Amino acid sequence: MSHAARSATPLTLLRDRFGMDFHSLEAVIETALSRRVDHADLFFEYTTRDAVVLEEGIVKSGDRHLEQGVGVRAQAGERQGYAHSDEVSDQSAMLAAATARAISEGPSSAGAVAVRGSGAPPSDLYPVRTAPTEVPVGAKIAVLNAIDSHVRRSDPRIKQVMASVVAEHRNILIAASDGTLVADVRPLVRLNVQVIAENQEGRRETGYQGAGGRFELARLLDEEGWKPIADEAVRSALVNLEAKPCPAGTMDVVLGPGWPGILLHEAIGHGLEGDFNRKKTSAFSDRIGERVAAEGVTVIDDGTIAERRGSLNVDDEGTPTQRTVLIENGILRGYMHDRLNARLMGVSSTGNGRRESYAHLPMPRMTNTFMLAGQDDPEEIIRSVENGLYAVTFGGGQVDITSGKFVFSASEAYRIEGGMVTTPVKGATLIGNGPEVLHRVSRIGHDLALDRGVGSCGKDGQSVPVGVGLPTIRVDEMTVGGTEG
Amino acid sequence: MTPDLLETIRRALGRAQRAGAYAADAVLVESDSVEVRVRGEEIDFVKQARERALGIRAFVKGADGLRSAITSTSDLAWDAVDRLADDTVALAKATAEDPHAGLPDGSFAADLPDLELLDPSDRDVSLEERIDEARRAERTARGFDPRITNSEGSEATSSFSRIGCGNTSGFLAEYESAAHSLSSMPIASQDGAMQTDHWFSVARHRSALEEPEAVGCRAAERALARLGARRVPTCKVPVIFDGVSARSLLGNLASCLSGYAIYRRSSFLADRLEETIASELLSVVDDGRLPAGLGSRPFDGEGLPTRRKVVIERGKLETYLLDSYSGRKLEMASTGNAARSAGSSPRVSPTNLWIEPGASSLEEMIAGTERGLLVTGLFGFGFNAVTGDFSRGATGVWIERGERIHPVEEITIAGNLGEMLTKIDAVGSELIWLGSVAAPALRISRMTVAGE
Repeated sequence: MSHAARSATPLTLLRDRFGMDFHSLEAVIETALSRRVDHADLFFEYTTRDAVVLEEGIVKSGDRHLEQGVGVRAQAGERQGYAHSDEVSDQSAMLAAATARAISEGPSSAGAVAVRGSGAPPSDLYPVRTAPTEVPVGAKIAVLNAIDSHVRRSDPRIKQVMASVVAEHRNILIAASDGTLVADVRPLVRLNVQVIAENQEGRRETGYQGAGGRFELARLLDEEGWKPIADEAVRSALVNLEAKPCPAGTMDVVLGPGWPGILLHEAIGHGLEGDFNRKKTSAFSDRIGERVAAEGVTVIDDGTIAERRGSLNVDDEGTPTQRTVLIENGILRGYMHDRLNARLMGVSSTGNGRRESYAHLPMPRMTNTFMLAGQDDPEEIIRSVENGLYAVTFGGGQVDITSGKFVFSASEAYRIEGGMVTTPVKGATLIGNGPEVLHRVSRIGHDLALDRGVGSCGKDGQSVPVGVGLPTIRVDEMTVGGTEG
Repeated sequence: MTPDLLETIRRALGRAQRAGAYAADAVLVESDSVEVRVRGEEIDFVKQARERALGIRAFVKGADGLRSAITSTSDLAWDAVDRLADDTVALAKATAEDPHAGLPDGSFAADLPDLELLDPSDRDVSLEERIDEARRAERTARGFDPRITNSEGSEATSSFSRIGCGNTSGFLAEYESAAHSLSSMPIASQDGAMQTDHWFSVARHRSALEEPEAVGCRAAERALARLGARRVPTCKVPVIFDGVSARSLLGNLASCLSGYAIYRRSSFLADRLEETIASELLSVVDDGRLPAGLGSRPFDGEGLPTRRKVVIERGKLETYLLDSYSGRKLEMASTGNAARSAGSSPRVSPTNLWIEPGASSLEEMIAGTERGLLVTGLFGFGFNAVTGDFSRGATGVWIERGERIHPVEEITIAGNLGEMLTKIDAVGSELIWLGSVAAPALRISRMTVAGE
């Protein structure tokens, strides 16, 4: 329905949509370089985003948003100048370049700039035949209606269903003073189902499940795609209806596979981002080569997994993404870098320079962060705990990277009593210290799973899509927050 | 050159009607912003931006109600605006009829009082002055104590906005506003352990900001106060929230007062209107017309006048926060709490929301606590609006015999917000505005603290 969203290739996008060409790119970069700067880059973006939301049995409204703009950056030493505009033209880009270079003093040392190449990214991790924002809205509405009736039929205790299909199609183009010229087309889809269940005593609880990634939206709209998501939301709400208050105190915790990998993201992932380590504000600063986790614990950040929500062909500075070993068999091996922090620390970018949009400065950010599988049988891991907590799904988490303290909240958890999973508990919050917690991983299952593709990470006011993964693990003596003393 | 803001709104509305819209409204936001961060002696970054975005909501008439859609764009060329208006109507035709959908029934804002949302002289401040202010905050924080060894930096920000809103019922108006902030985030270290905290000041007028030195100083004090923090044994004790953490608690409460959460029955406060839901020490006010308030606006996201209302009067729930849609669903009038950015649907948001200050100073509250916890920071997202279950990470200070004993970290505090509200047994006398939501210190007679 929208002419605007018909996807051009990024280079024709630059020409047709913004009326710019290679020569104007070079002129803008040269303007940014006309004082003493180390690096300058341009980030063009044209994004279409839409959402269709169902509640109370009907799709009440549709949303569609178009966002475009250009960000111009200049770097001199540790300084960064950034200017962005949603008016994309030679003139506005020149003005932005002049603003961005304001951080620098002294005459330029750079000569002429030449951007080269076809602009094609080095990999193609998420080819789609149909941009998700081009899928007819009627098809999305039909699926939401089908989910609503399926969920309501499945159990009389379900009182409310909220479901949505969210689609994004992002075209970006990056040009830099080192000659980098690369474009990427990034589809992103997501299906969310939230239900509220109420029992005869009037107790109300909620259940949620979602799924998504960088693949054909049709896969989620297919019955085999949406049904397990809807069923899982119902199951989780019904479990929570039976949940008892969570005990508080220190206990052994078993984390289930998949989404509980948010533990890695919060407890250690942020602390291993290059900016915090360059500034030495992280509890992990200057600890490369040291033991930071129990033997057997290997943690990876990998932006190259096909179709994953956290994956990218190139990061938002044009660097190809890669598989980075953060912790190898318990030893800290590396940090995640963008260009600025890599240059200042004398290493190479790991392809982790990401930004929310053209309106934001890139920073080192995670992509898909997970722990490799171990040898243990998941059932046996649960049996090994005398008295503890089994947590299978989480809401959000947060970390203070300086003190290392992290917290995250379980949305589905059970007590373990005598090696058996027993009563569901509600309101369980796990808290701990990042540099310590992985030392206490005493069992690692063979069942590594990645999450279903719904994670977003916030840092310094910027949100980016990420993935996490974990096998079943046992962590000894974690602090569990609950109401039962 | 960009066409006039109101002219663009008029064009979008006219085009939507010609495309078949029964009714429509539109918002246009233009903003200029600047942000600088200094870390140590160096500029970390300077950021400047100009942004504009137009949002259109269109309604199409059906047999049993209106169908609707929302769109937005940052491309404001006439042809792009026309296309967006056409697309909005086309998208609306695909959605379901909703008997409650539509523009507000009338009573749009007629008077536009000057709410002192902008000081024109603040536009003349140079980039160099802002860098200097960030530098002064940073130097003060870094030089405050030898144990301040590092920082994440100090920032100065300003933004100036023009907000226009119009609809096919004849409302068309605009206003200007500004926001300025200064913040600092130093790092303290001792015995190999690092701690950080921050302080900030935010205001509509630069003249109302705290001095950069005061911001740096308070930030350093807060970071230093965390040094030597440790866990405490799991226990049930009185918990005092300082103004900063009480503000976070009020934010949790506000999400449960939204008309959308109420009609969906996804709030534990559904069906509780006119009931006593809190201690009689608790009164909560929402006022969209507080002079120079950070949440003040002359009209809301649907063009309705904002106003003052008592939300909780001495423990009794007097009103929910409503826009026209959630109001119609609940058979109540909008309270003028529609918030809308160009890129979002109207939703309910508090304007300036605060807890009325009480009689005790924070020091008196601490002195009156035999054994308990002072919370100075909350983190994590452990709040469930459906049930009110609350379980969040906290930092603070342990209290014995009315005195601060040692800083505390790596603990959680848990309870149920519904019960916590009834257990408020002291309300602080000092109210600091750190945004559009403000709270004095609060003491809750008993919560579960999870630690060792």
